[in-house]
Amino acid sequence: MKRLGVFICHCGVNIAGTVDVKSVAEKTGRVEDVAHSADYIYMCSEPGQQIIREAIRERGLEGVVVACCSPSMHENTFRKAVKSEGMNPYLCEIANIREQCSWVHQKEKTKATEKAEEIILATLEKVRENEKLEAISVSINRSAGVIGGGIAGMTAALDLAEGGYEVLLIEKEQALGGHMTQLSKTFPDLHPALPDLLAKAREIERHPKIDLHCYSEMEDVKGYVGNFELTIRKKATSVDWGRCNGCGLCIRDCPVEYVSPFERGLGVRKAIDLLYPGSVPQKPVIRRDHCRYFHDGSCRKCEEVCPEKAIRFDQQDERIGKKVGAIVVATGFELYPTEQLGEYGYGEIPDVIDGLALERMFSVDGPTQGRIIRPSDGTVPKEIVFIQCVASRDPDRYMPYCSRICCMYTAKQAKIYKEQVPDGQPYIFYMDIRADAKGYEEFLQKTIEEKGLLYLRGRVSRVFQDDGKVRILGVDTLTGKMVEVAADMVVLATAIVPSQGVKDLASKLRATVDRHGFLTEAHIKLYPVESSTKGIYLAGCGQSPKDISDTVSQASATASKIQALLSTDQLLQDPLIAFVDENICSGCGICVEVCPYEAREMNSRRGISVVHSALCQGCGACIAACPNFACELRNSSSVQTLRMLETFV
Amino acid sequence: MDYLYFPGCTLYTKAKNFDQTARDCSLLLGFQLKELPNWTCCGATFPLATDNIMALLPPSRILARAREEGTTLTTLCSVCFNVIKRTNRLIRNDGDKRDTINNFMETNYQGDLRVLHYLEILKQDVGFPRIQEKMKKPLTGLKAAPYYGCMLLRPFEEMEFDDKEKPTLFEGFLEAMGAEAIDFPYKIECCGSFQSVGSPEVATECGYKILGSAVKNGAEVVVSTCPLCTFNIDHKQADIKQKYLDFKPIPVLYFTQLLGIAMGLDYQTLGFGQNFVDPLPLLKGKGFI
Repeated sequence: MKRLGVFICHCGVNIAGTVDVKSVAEKTGRVEDVAHSADYIYMCSEPGQQIIREAIRERGLEGVVVACCSPSMHENTFRKAVKSEGMNPYLCEIANIREQCSWVHQKEKTKATEKAEEIILATLEKVRENEKLEAISVSINRSAGVIGGGIAGMTAALDLAEGGYEVLLIEKEQALGGHMTQLSKTFPDLHPALPDLLAKAREIERHPKIDLHCYSEMEDVKGYVGNFELTIRKKATSVDWGRCNGCGLCIRDCPVEYVSPFERGLGVRKAIDLLYPGSVPQKPVIRRDHCRYFHDGSCRKCEEVCPEKAIRFDQQDERIGKKVGAIVVATGFELYPTEQLGEYGYGEIPDVIDGLALERMFSVDGPTQGRIIRPSDGTVPKEIVFIQCVASRDPDRYMPYCSRICCMYTAKQAKIYKEQVPDGQPYIFYMDIRADAKGYEEFLQKTIEEKGLLYLRGRVSRVFQDDGKVRILGVDTLTGKMVEVAADMVVLATAIVPSQGVKDLASKLRATVDRHGFLTEAHIKLYPVESSTKGIYLAGCGQSPKDISDTVSQASATASKIQALLSTDQLLQDPLIAFVDENICSGCGICVEVCPYEAREMNSRRGISVVHSALCQGCGACIAACPNFACELRNSSSVQTLRMLETFV
Repeated sequence: MDYLYFPGCTLYTKAKNFDQTARDCSLLLGFQLKELPNWTCCGATFPLATDNIMALLPPSRILARAREEGTTLTTLCSVCFNVIKRTNRLIRNDGDKRDTINNFMETNYQGDLRVLHYLEILKQDVGFPRIQEKMKKPLTGLKAAPYYGCMLLRPFEEMEFDDKEKPTLFEGFLEAMGAEAIDFPYKIECCGSFQSVGSPEVATECGYKILGSAVKNGAEVVVSTCPLCTFNIDHKQADIKQKYLDFKPIPVLYFTQLLGIAMGLDYQTLGFGQNFVDPLPLLKGKGFI
C-alpha cells in the first residue's frame, strides 16, 4: 500500500468560500492509505509548496493529490515541487475542485463540499495505480518557419535570424510588408509607415539566415513540434527573379491596366507589375488572369523589352519541401467584405470609401499622390464624415468584437485631413473612444482640441446620395438629437476579419480557430502566443485585431519562445501517451484511421499497431476505438478510470 | 380563398377609403376579406417593457378569436399589422408569456396563426403576374413613390417583411400595375407617428423630408400602406406648407386606391374625398380616369 498525501487549497475564497475545506481535509485524512492531509490558503504559493515538500520528506509519501484549480493552471508547479523531493512527478495528480466544483456550485455549499470530497477520492484512486514515468526525449530540427510576411512575420523572422536560427519565411504576395505597406502615416507619432518597413524588408532580403519565399503558399504540413515537414507551393511568377534586375521596362511597356486591389480600387496596375513601388523584393509578377499573352497569346511586349531575358511565360508552379522545428503563423487580416455593407452605401456611392482606401490617398506614392479627393469628381471634400465601428461591435448583424485600431486611425486620418484641408470639417460618429495604449489618449485629446474635430456619439442610420452630396442621417446620443450631415465624402472604419484561407491553413497545422476564424491561443492570459498545438506560435492580426505596436511585441514574443524551444537539440515530451499491449493487438488498423495526429502506424513485420511516441498527444481516440482493448493511456488506464467512476456512482 | 380580416379602428373612420377599396379590389382578384366578428382595438403600440403583459392582451384577444375562425389573419394598417404580428410571434416563441396570457384570458392560443399584410397576400398568394393580367387601365407613366414607413419593416427580425435596408416588395407591386416606382432615400423613414399629437412640429418635419425627398426624386404621387402615415404625410400637408415655404403639395394615395384605378373600378367609389390633397387633377391629367 502506497502512502498518499492530500493537499487542499482554499484559493483565497475561490474554493474555501463554497467548499468546507477543513471538513474535506479531515475526512480525506481518514482514508486508510492517506498518511497526510492538509489545507492551506494558497497551495501554489511558496509556503504552500513547502507544506507539500515537507510532508513528502517527513511522512515518506509515495503519491500526492493536490485539490485546487484546473490542472492547466498549476499541474506543472506541483509536479516540479514533488520532483524536488525525489518523487516521480507523474505520481502527483490534480483534483480540480475550483472550476469543476466551487465556481459552478456557489449557491449549494453542502453539495459542493460533498462533490469536492468525491473528486478527491476519485483522484486518489488514480494515484494509487499511477506508474513512475519519464519524459520522452525527441531530437529536433533547430530552425523555424514563418507563415506571412507582414510586419508580424517580418519581425518574428528577423528576431529569430538575429538569434542565430535558420528561418524560412513564406509570403503569399509577391513582396514583403503586408497591409502596413498600404498605410500612410502611423499613430501615435505620425511616422511614415513605409521607410522603416522597407528598411526591415531589405534586411530580411539579404539576411544569410533567412530563406525568403514570396508569392508562395503553404500547401501541406506534416510532423510535430521539433520536426515539421512543410510543402511550399511557389506560384509561377512568369519572371525569372534570378535574372530580373528590377529595371521596370516591362512594367512601362505593358499595355494592360486593371483596377488595383492594392490601391483599394482607386488606382490601376499593369498585368506585369510590382506589388507597390519600391517593393521588396523589387521583382515583378505577371498576373495571368489579366495578361494578354495568357488570354490569347497576342502580346509579348514585356518579353521583347526585357534586357535580361527574364520573362518565362512557360513557368510552372513549383513545390519544395522544407523542415523546421517550429512555426509562426502570422497570416494577418482583411477588412470586412465591403460588398456586404450595403446599408452604408458602400459600392453604390463612389464617395463612400473605407479607411484603407483613404490611407492609399494619403500615401505620397498612392493613386492621388497623397492628396485627398472625392473619387466621384476629383474635388477636395470640404465636409467629411468618418463612421467608426462599421461591422464591429454589432453582434446582431456583423462582428461582436472591437477591431481595436479604428478609434486611433480615424483620429489620425481626421488630423491629416484637417492639415491638408484647413477649412474642412471632419465629423466622426463613434460608440466609445478606445485609446488604451501608450500615448494614444494624449494623441487623441490633442488632435481633437487642436484640429476642431467634431465627435458625435451615436450610430448612423442611413447613408444616401443627394444632390451630389452624401447625406448621412444619424443620432447624437449625448444631446439626444437626430443629426443630418450633407457630406462630400464618407470614410468607413470597417471591421478587421482574419485573412481568407486561415481556416484551411489552421486545419493543415492542426491549430484551432474561433468562431470568427481568428487563430486560438493555448491560454488567453498565460500562453497568449502559443497555439493549442505544440510548436505552432501565433503573431499579429491572425490571432486577434491589434495595432502595429502590439503586433510587433507579439511577434517578438513568438521569436523568443521559439528560441527557448530550439535552444537544445533534444525536446522533452509528456509521457502521458497511448501504448499497445502487443499480446492483445490483432493488427486491425482501426486506431491508425482514428488517430488525428498521425501517431499510430502499422508495423507490418510484427502485424501489430504501434504508437509514435513523439506524435501522440494522449487524446485517447485510439483507446476508445480499439475493439480488443489492446490500447491504454499511460496513467489513465481503464482500471483507473473505472475505479474513479465507481467513486462517483 | 378567403382571408380573415382585421380592419382596425381607423379603417372605420378616417381611412374608410382604404378599407372599402381593399375589399372591392380583393373581389376583383378572386378572394374575399372576411371581417373578424367582434374585433376590438389592436392596442396601437407593441409594449417596449418586457413585463408589460397587460398591453399584450388586446392583440392577443384578437389573435385568439381569429384562430377560432381560421388560420390566416390579414390587416391593412401598418400599425395594427406590427402590433398583431409581433404579439403573435411572442406568443409562439415565449412559453411563459403565452401561459400567462392564456391563463388570464381563459384561452388556449399557441401563436400558430399566419399574420399577413394585404401587400404580402398580393405578393405571395395572388402573385404580381396575376395582378398584371387583371389590369384594365395600367398606370403607365405614373411616377409613384412607395412609402413603406417603419412599422411594416421594423424590427426586421420580427417583421420579416422584406430586405432590411432595401425593401423592394412595394416597388414590385407598383411596377406590376404599370407604374414607375420612384426610389427615394426616405422611403423607410418614420412619418412622425404619434408625435403629431404631442410634438406636432416633429411630425411636420418628418413629413416635409419624406415628401420633399420623393418629389426631388421625381415622384408625382406618394403611395402609403398605413392610415397613420397617411395622416402625417397627407392630412398634415397644410401645416407643412405653413412651416416650409418651399414645400409643394403632392397627392398621397393608399395602394389599394391605385389598384382600384388600375383594375378599372369607378373612381367615384374610391373615396378620394377623404384624401387631403386632391389626386383627381393628376389622375385625370394622366388619363387614368
